[in-house]
Amino acid sequence: MTNTLFINGKECEYTNEPNLLEVIRNNGFSVPTFCYRPDLTQYGACRMCVVEIEGRGIQSSCTMPPEPGLKIHTNTEKTRRIRKIVLELLLANHDRECTTCDKSGKCELQKYAQEYGINDIRFAKKKPQDYLPIDNSNPSIVRDPNKCILCGACVRACAEFQGHSVLGFANRGSKTVVQPMAGRALGSVDCVFCGQCQAVCPTGALTIKTDIDRVWDLINDKNKKTAVQMAPSVRVALGEEFGLKPGENVIGKFNAALRQLGFDLVFDTNFSADLTIMEEATEFIERLTKGENLPLFTSCCPAWVRYLETQHPDLLNHLSSCKSPQGMLSPVIKAVVPKYFEDYTEENLYVVSIMPCTAKKAEAVRGQLYSNGRAQTDVVLTTQEIARMLKSAGINLATITPEANDSPFGQYTGAATIFGASGGVAEAAVRTAYEFVTHESLENIDFKPLRGVDKAHRAKEAEIDIKGTKVKVRVVSTLKEAEKSIRELKEGKADFQLLEVMACPGGCVNGGGQPRSCDNSQIKEERAQGLYKEDSELPFRKSHTNPDIIKLYEEFLEKPNSHKAHELLHTTYSDMFKNSYRDLV
Amino acid sequence: MSTQTSGGINFKKVNDIIDSCGAKKSNLIAILQKVQDEFKYLPQDAITYIGTKIDGLSPATVYGVATFYAQFSLEPKGKYEIKCCDGTACHVRGSMPVYTYLMQRFNLKEGKYTSDDGMFSVETVSCLGACGLAPVVVINGKVYPQMTSDAIKIIIDTIVAQENEG
Repeated sequence: MTNTLFINGKECEYTNEPNLLEVIRNNGFSVPTFCYRPDLTQYGACRMCVVEIEGRGIQSSCTMPPEPGLKIHTNTEKTRRIRKIVLELLLANHDRECTTCDKSGKCELQKYAQEYGINDIRFAKKKPQDYLPIDNSNPSIVRDPNKCILCGACVRACAEFQGHSVLGFANRGSKTVVQPMAGRALGSVDCVFCGQCQAVCPTGALTIKTDIDRVWDLINDKNKKTAVQMAPSVRVALGEEFGLKPGENVIGKFNAALRQLGFDLVFDTNFSADLTIMEEATEFIERLTKGENLPLFTSCCPAWVRYLETQHPDLLNHLSSCKSPQGMLSPVIKAVVPKYFEDYTEENLYVVSIMPCTAKKAEAVRGQLYSNGRAQTDVVLTTQEIARMLKSAGINLATITPEANDSPFGQYTGAATIFGASGGVAEAAVRTAYEFVTHESLENIDFKPLRGVDKAHRAKEAEIDIKGTKVKVRVVSTLKEAEKSIRELKEGKADFQLLEVMACPGGCVNGGGQPRSCDNSQIKEERAQGLYKEDSELPFRKSHTNPDIIKLYEEFLEKPNSHKAHELLHTTYSDMFKNSYRDLV
Repeated sequence: MSTQTSGGINFKKVNDIIDSCGAKKSNLIAILQKVQDEFKYLPQDAITYIGTKIDGLSPATVYGVATFYAQFSLEPKGKYEIKCCDGTACHVRGSMPVYTYLMQRFNLKEGKYTSDDGMFSVETVSCLGACGLAPVVVINGKVYPQMTSDAIKIIIDTIVAQENEG
């Protein structure tokens, strides 16, 4: 049903918007916010979104439901004054060293302070001795409490996406802080490193731990060779940092840009996504045949792996033994490239991976993914970090001429590219598993029920008939949803055989390392569309039909799940349940 | 079922309290109160346990609740719990000199409310409803009316003397 109300004198329509703020924004008006995130519950903490309503006075638009006939004014003297005071008070005890802040230029506090012309703060600056220590202990995320404005977005993201609440409010009044349990280090608690907390943080209080300098050092070292790989979902988001539309596939331009940046070899994680499917589909069929350790859990998402290791170690036998695509490609590069290129050895070759994900940084330093005392993936950068490197090198992605990536891992299939969207891994696995079992060609390969994401991140399911065996596939994103499937499994109610879990809402396209987009609910869908579009246009759309994959098995890996494949492509997990009272829980 | 202890905490007891109240998010305050009654404070391990055991809660969330309410203490209380009323009536009739005396006597400061020997802990409360007796101090449930810093000195001296004899 459509109703109308008045915004700044203009008659505006609305339908089912949950609050006035959405109505205001959908009608092309703008109101500043810090704590409001469309994908999280309303909180009403920051009071920046105040509007004046005739007959009702000042109201926070994010917590007020729309009513027909309301006369709303978004920009009155009173609202401006309130917002300015809010800004001034927030800045009063804020660490205002903007130039050295990681969020500088993207910080919402900085932006509104500038827009509202805050050029003098009447209150005394916080004394240096009152600054709280910066928490650097987490492999993916840096927490600087001195930049926190207590908007609670991170607390809600952790609770509502991951059901996990590693971060919480502590104390009361002026002593309130956002911190892990009892002020412990973020590296010592059961954080899964998904980075959604820093993705929704409006200021520099939570930021990505950057590894840019380590990559420059590798590139600049003449004795070291560098290979780079980039994940499927990076190509449909990186363009946003250079003024392109979300979902626009920039892979060709990205290849060219990475070469200009100084990487010696440019590979694509899509190749190893195909490799993952070869191994995982084979593993899945084996388990189906034997009827053991079902359902099979996908293991591509490091936050999900960490979640199982810390919360449900009893279910680790369900987890696929396949490394993630990042984890697979790095050792394959180091083992195979020296056979093709002179001057390259396993020792002088360094692999940098570019991921949409902060948890991949933690994955890369897992003990199981080390060989000869060195991490197989030497450095992990996020989409945001590579954008910054390109900008600092003066490379404009928007105008560069596209190039292809390097052999011998040059080709990839549509099945690989959809890994970046929630449902993609399961869809790709089924395409291949079906043909592995039946030796017949699967005609309709678009599994539409597994695609897309709704606001509640509800589980998606599809059933496929593999020669009389009905296989049910379930796809969930966010660990909160995954926990529900785990419950079903523990209660013996699970009727699915394959469970794909991605910790970030909507999958990797919405990963914690992607360009900031937390004010736009639609963006993950647009990026996912970019991937499905590429899938539909590629000549090969099933992983096992990738000619370079076939060649790699022929020349090097023999066959899926072979001894050699196990050495390079599979891994183990460990029980990381910390508390001594486990049998009581 | 294990009754392992960690840091001296008997998890079985915490578990029994949770069971008796019902392992529900909405029962958290009651659970914390009973755990505090049991241990005289809220040990971190107990908070972690409660946060892990109850659906919809986490250690960080439980810690947030425990630090929000003044009734909960995260450090062990002394053998003698001294509550110094600082409600309006007590305040205007001179509760602060009494409180200041106690803090100095036991070498306490903000953030440290229990004496090193674990005998005394001092806290302010906001009104005991005995304003006619202001300023009021309560030690282990016993009410001491119309306190001054001299009077409280005598009371504490007496307790210390008793302790030394016994």
